Amino acid sequence: MAQHQVNYASSAGLPIALTSVDKLVNWGRSNSLWPLTYGLACCAIEMMASGASRYDFDRMGTIFRASPRQADVMILAGTLSKKHAEFARRLYDQMTEPKWVISMGSCANTGGMFNTYATVQGVDRIIPVDIYLPGCAPRPETLQYAMMMLQKKIRRESSDMKKNTKQDLTTQTGKRARLI
Amino acid sequence: MRKYVPKDNVQGKAYYTDRFWVSPRVPRSEVENEHFAAVVKALGADVTESYVELGQLVLHIDPTNNFKVMKTLKEECGYTQCSEQSAVDYLARDNEFELFWQLLNVTEAKRIRVVCRLANGAAIESIEPLYKSANFAEREMFDMFGIKVNNHPFLKRILMPDDWEGHPLLKTYPLQGDEFASWYEVDKIFGKEYRDIIGPENRDPAKVDIKDTKRFSRVGYEVPFGAEYSEEEQAIEYSETALVNYNKKESKQLDERR
Repeated sequence: MAQHQVNYASSAGLPIALTSVDKLVNWGRSNSLWPLTYGLACCAIEMMASGASRYDFDRMGTIFRASPRQADVMILAGTLSKKHAEFARRLYDQMTEPKWVISMGSCANTGGMFNTYATVQGVDRIIPVDIYLPGCAPRPETLQYAMMMLQKKIRRESSDMKKNTKQDLTTQTGKRARLI
Repeated sequence: MRKYVPKDNVQGKAYYTDRFWVSPRVPRSEVENEHFAAVVKALGADVTESYVELGQLVLHIDPTNNFKVMKTLKEECGYTQCSEQSAVDYLARDNEFELFWQLLNVTEAKRIRVVCRLANGAAIESIEPLYKSANFAEREMFDMFGIKVNNHPFLKRILMPDDWEGHPLLKTYPLQGDEFASWYEVDKIFGKEYRDIIGPENRDPAKVDIKDTKRFSRVGYEVPFGAEYSEEEQAIEYSETALVNYNKKESKQLDERR
């Protein structure tokens, strides 16, 4: 942000820093990413470890919130069953804009080893995903790295969320749709 | 007369079959134990068949008097716990289900399996008034097999969603789900018109094609990306830096006590 050293002797002695609104807004957004306290399966154990003292998400400004109204990030940690898909989508809808989604682990990405009738084959069928995190289960370091990549992504984006294309689901018919 | 065997596609079938193969079974023995003999005697004519398998008494009963049998077992024979109850699908072979209950006697340290055959579409009497654990077990049986249970206090699906179609543990139910199952979450959240937009499920068959050099590479037989598949073994040149011995410098050994 502040890219110039402020010289109090010049510029009429004013501490001036020049930046753009986008950068300022994204600086604020990216440095306090509050994820939703929401675990689905064993990946949630790794997510809890990331939040606890050893890996310590708090130092990055990432604090788990117990309400979707106060959360910016949804970490889908684990197997999403078809019965639960409706509720996961409802929690996503209850989050206020701007919001981002991390799909954590093989099961959330593609259904993983649960190639069965009762598992959603990738959460991106129902929720637009920003970061896909591989692993079974991913280590806390991996989740931290995903958070840092999400910060990078946010800093690149426009502060006007309407300009940011979330996810284009290309279909067989060639139609494109935005699932926001 | 010899059984007629269709002659089409005989080449495709295995020509050798062991006609005298008998699949191994768990050995059965007569009821000799004093306690088990008393149990069989207490039930009397309700038991159609009884034997002991692996130290466990197996009782075959008629599905209509299951409640009566369970009541006798609980109140007279001391089987106070119903640890498991479910069904087995024999619809293709016999058009009926095999229902079983696993009971435990804590004072005698003995287990009993009560088995009955229930015709397809028939209902069974609930044993929930006797064993509270049967409440969830019977709901699961209803959910997974579609077997109705009479006089159950709250018979509805327990694992699958309430608006689910089909009973997943039936042998006719496909593992990867029928059409209803594959579109369930899309239909529920977005509506049927979104089926076109979201598209069908992409299920990974996990097939590995060793001749596909664009997505797979075999250790020792690597070729450049997209090149022809090769049978020739390639010598692998390991990186020098990966094999650096970091322990080269000998550290001082303390072999004497100071």
